[in-house]
Amino acid sequence: MMYGYEWDTTTWLTYATSILPIILIGLTVTLKAAAAGFAIALVLGLVFALLRRSRIKAISWTTAVVVEFLRDTPLLVQLFFLYYVLPDFGIVLPAFLTGALALGLQYAAYTSEVYRGGIEAVPRGQWEAATALNMTRMQTYRDIVVPQAVPRILPAMGNYLVAMIKETPVLSVVTVLEMMGLANMISERTFEYLVPLTMVGLIFLLLTLVCSAALHRLQLALPKAGIPLK
Amino acid sequence: MTDKPSQPIIEFSNVTKRFGTLTVLDDFNFKVAKGEKVTLIGPSGSGKSTVLRILMTLEPFQEGRLALAGMSYHEPNGKGPFKASEKHLHQIRSHIGMVFQSFNLFPHMTVLRNVVEAPVRVLGLPRGEAECRAVDLLAMVGLADKKDHYPSQLSGGQQQRVAIARALAMRPRVLLFDEPTSALDPQLVGEVLSVIRGLAHEHDLTMLLVTHEMRFAREVSDRVCFFDKGRICEQGEPNAIFGAPKEERTREFLQSVLS
Ligand SMILES: Nc1ncnc2c1ncn2[C@@H]1O[C@H](COP(=O)(O)OP(=O)(O)O)[C@@H](O)[C@H]1O
Ligand SMILES: [Mg+2]
Repeated sequence: MMYGYEWDTTTWLTYATSILPIILIGLTVTLKAAAAGFAIALVLGLVFALLRRSRIKAISWTTAVVVEFLRDTPLLVQLFFLYYVLPDFGIVLPAFLTGALALGLQYAAYTSEVYRGGIEAVPRGQWEAATALNMTRMQTYRDIVVPQAVPRILPAMGNYLVAMIKETPVLSVVTVLEMMGLANMISERTFEYLVPLTMVGLIFLLLTLVCSAALHRLQLALPKAGIPLK
Repeated sequence: MTDKPSQPIIEFSNVTKRFGTLTVLDDFNFKVAKGEKVTLIGPSGSGKSTVLRILMTLEPFQEGRLALAGMSYHEPNGKGPFKASEKHLHQIRSHIGMVFQSFNLFPHMTVLRNVVEAPVRVLGLPRGEAECRAVDLLAMVGLADKKDHYPSQLSGGQQQRVAIARALAMRPRVLLFDEPTSALDPQLVGEVLSVIRGLAHEHDLTMLLVTHEMRFAREVSDRVCFFDKGRICEQGEPNAIFGAPKEERTREFLQSVLS
């Protein structure tokens, strides 16, 4: 029994239906963590990319080091660090937030490279035209460069979203009760692993398929040249 | 404005420009009077674009002085490649616009938005007012009916005319053209030249034009400058340069392009 739910292991079907409500609770946590993590990665990645391109050497170098560090250390290490070490400095975050932040930070390092590639692919003539119109660097990024970069980087961003969704189970090590962690807990109590793990696997498969399809649709819907901001 | 009528609007004094070890402009001196229409001609690689790009603050220079409308490109305590603050460069750029060989329209914006964007963002004009002015400018270049099209839906000649309207929307006192028709199919050159011809009649607008269209240069310019190896080898009224060039290099060049 768990959260008041009974489960029935007589057949795999009864077993599956009886644990489905709990798995679905876990699924909502998984989705929320992935959404929060990806939102952080999208925003922070852009910030990293812009700082990395700063003309002030101290800023671009520091950013490069931070990004490299985030990329080259395991997510698990970063997660433990945020969860166990930050409290020593008086920063106590709820487990869910810690998890989303760890995912977001690591993937911000990946997305910053995607942004950088997308930004560098915008022809120099676009920058020059913006300068000739007396636009500032900030205005040029916002109105000219980033809007043109977005359609180009969408496929790569989509791949990172899918990859991140598949990495959410790691959050269970800091007590976030996401789908995989819950399935594992059920299995440990019933000594029956096949059904819960298969269910989780199938749900992940479904999730990534849905994401890929949605991204593909989005890509077709977006104008190739980019979308101007309002 | 500090410039008196007698003061040149553009003044290069002993400017030296290098790319690494390559010296492109060496001790370069060049003045343009307010309202003057000057054409720069000369072989490829002679530094014509570099002069325009330095003026547009797209390229820094290493030595000498440059002033536009009485404002120096260097500030006493300025930093960065121009030794001037962004704020100061912003002021300089508010007087000058540029039309590029490759148009450089913003592909993700409609024609109207291309023309409206900078006046709204940079000059702070209300969008409605900026759109009214943009429609007038588009009408002037003969493209009022294309305002809702995207650049990719236009011919090269049409794109270049939009680019001219976009530059004019910022109300520059100096307008630079860097080979505005060189990327165009021959049958589209005329429509762009006729727009530029119209601008050449604007008394107050100072124009610097780099072109290989010699007939056109002769027709619209007050002065033609022949560039060779980073110097102005010969300059004068169009009839003098084209009719009776004094320098051997000028004659050779004109012969090669006119034949
Ligand atoms: N960004 C650059 N880096 C290095 N060399 C350059 C660059 N831009 C121009 N040059 C060189 O400067 C010289 C003058 O170029 P440019 O002003 O474009 O000549 P023009 O417009 O008369 O053809 C050429 O030799 C060219 O190769
Ligand atoms: Mg050139």
